[in-house]
Amino acid sequence: MQFEASSLIPVLPEIFILSVACFVLVVDLFMEDRQRIISYFLTQAGLLVAVLVTLGVSQPEAQVVFDGSYVRDGMSDALKIGIYLISFVAFLYAKDYLRERDLFKGEYFVLGLFAVLGMMVMVSAYSFLTAYLGLELLSLSLYAMVAFDRDSKAGSEAAMKYFVLGAIASGMLLYGISMIYGATGSIEFEKVAAALTGTGMENKVLVFGLVFVVIGLAFKLGAVPFHMWMPDVYHGAPVTVTLFLGSAPKLAAFALAMRLLVDGLGPLHADWQGMLVVLAVLSMALGNVIAIAQTNIKRMLAYSTISHVGFILLGILAGTSEGYSASMFYTIVYAITSLGGFGIVILLSRQGFEAENLEDYKGLHERSPWFAAMMMLLMFSMAGVPPTVGFWAKLFVLDAVVSVDLVWVALVGVFFSIIGAFYYIRIVKLMYFDKPEAGELVTAGMDTRVVLSINGALMLVLGLFPAGLLALCARAIG
Amino acid sequence: MTFEKFLFYVFSAILVFAATMVITRRNPVHSALFLVLAFFTSSILWMLLEAEFLAIVLVLVYVGAVMVLFLFVVMMLDIDQAAMRAGFIKMLPVGLLVAGIMAVEMFLVVGPKYFGLDKYAMPAPHPADYSNTEELGNVLYTIYMYPVEIASVILLVGIIAAIGLTLRRRPDNKRIDPALQVQVKKGPDRIRVVKMPAEKKMEAK
Repeated sequence: MQFEASSLIPVLPEIFILSVACFVLVVDLFMEDRQRIISYFLTQAGLLVAVLVTLGVSQPEAQVVFDGSYVRDGMSDALKIGIYLISFVAFLYAKDYLRERDLFKGEYFVLGLFAVLGMMVMVSAYSFLTAYLGLELLSLSLYAMVAFDRDSKAGSEAAMKYFVLGAIASGMLLYGISMIYGATGSIEFEKVAAALTGTGMENKVLVFGLVFVVIGLAFKLGAVPFHMWMPDVYHGAPVTVTLFLGSAPKLAAFALAMRLLVDGLGPLHADWQGMLVVLAVLSMALGNVIAIAQTNIKRMLAYSTISHVGFILLGILAGTSEGYSASMFYTIVYAITSLGGFGIVILLSRQGFEAENLEDYKGLHERSPWFAAMMMLLMFSMAGVPPTVGFWAKLFVLDAVVSVDLVWVALVGVFFSIIGAFYYIRIVKLMYFDKPEAGELVTAGMDTRVVLSINGALMLVLGLFPAGLLALCARAIG
Repeated sequence: MTFEKFLFYVFSAILVFAATMVITRRNPVHSALFLVLAFFTSSILWMLLEAEFLAIVLVLVYVGAVMVLFLFVVMMLDIDQAAMRAGFIKMLPVGLLVAGIMAVEMFLVVGPKYFGLDKYAMPAPHPADYSNTEELGNVLYTIYMYPVEIASVILLVGIIAAIGLTLRRRPDNKRIDPALQVQVKKGPDRIRVVKMPAEKKMEAK
């Protein structure tokens, strides 16, 4: 067996992010509290340089290294760059919030960077083992981040729930993987797919394993009926962590679903399609209906996430490359939208005050017309109102489902997104037609204001010109 | 019945007995000790499967480290026995039913129908000088280098998370800082002479 140093080249982005994380960890030890901003700048610079590194090692054809446990292809490059940029914005929004609450510590950024590394491993996984390890790295970092505010009881409770349910989900996933290993004799996606070609439902062990893998995935994605942890975790975590949790990891979860189900278990498509239909329909129904009853915006957005997960699954279950790229488009758009939505929540929160309740958004138009407009764009995009980009995202996945003759699933999706429009538009109503109860103006740093404005404007810009992002997704799926 | 098979049944019986005792003992220390027994017997079962390395690791890691820590915690904590055992009898039928259904289901799927000897031939036994540990070491740092590296990063995150979540610097802590202690110099740093007015001798009355 020969080891070639050149096989390390595709892995350079991972090596780079790991080095940055370790560097920040050590540098942070030698810093006074008022110099802590250096850790933040190092983290942000690292994420930006990682974009260049990923572009630098990018090649048109896919590369598989480390004896079939790592793949670098169009999808992994595109999603990794998305993950860096979204994490960059998430840390930027978090900066002022953390400083006001005495949570501005180096560990926040170190754990964030390790979470980014975990996502990268998931995106590039080409064997069940690496996919699982990447997932664990991501989850472990997120558990610690959810509990980051140690004095908050809700935060500790949320972290505990997240940890226990996440451990159960990992157990399910591992059990399924062990069954698939038993039936096919391999844990590498390529060999599993080769061994599965031609066999379908007749091998009960495979179906048994598949069910457990899908359950584990659904837990991690937050699809109904495995969604119980999401509202509590979104609600209990500090809002900056909720923002991080609800944005970049969605890209990684999409990639995990694609790698496990399409790359690994692709020949069993007929079997998992039915399971995903059930998950998607239930998620869209339950997420949208229960979100109406929420008065806390973090919980509301958690249920909204559940319904969006249903839509992401729609594209995957179609099983065509149009469906996969539509689903990838949806995931990226959703991550950017939720980044903006939670960004507004952070923007309106001040020291000793969390803008968590829907009443806090009353009359935002009179207090800050510009950010009220941004929030309106974000909410319209989540609801899928043209000309925002959310409309295109929904249109593309529904189109993919209709093209595989699952018209009824598309109709269910449309029906529940109309119901869902109610609670998004309620926020717009509160902002524009109600009188403000508190007269505070929005106080935030210039960087947050600028990036948040770009984030909101992106909804409109991408909505008017969706072709570029769509072409990128189509090319990534290949 | 070969001798190996006999050993297998003996140790399996001990394992099932120990596992039952873990959940039925009243005293948590006894439960923990029975868990040690369960770990030992399952490591012997692994030994029978020629998985020596896993057997050794199970004993070293679980019995040697995890269970000792566990016993320590059990002895330190004040566990309310009555509250822990409340509802045990009431819940027992439901628990047995669920466990029974799961066992039947697992037998149907994982049983001899799909994993029998006719499906997977018995692997040939290895020669006496075969080293399981060496084989594992060879693939671990070549083929599985990438997963091993990620696993090490996961451990690092575990350390960071544990320290980050539990380390508290409290101002009322009377901890001694050795770094400051060794910097004390001879002379005025160490002893301070305080001038006081002389006091009169107390006279015994």
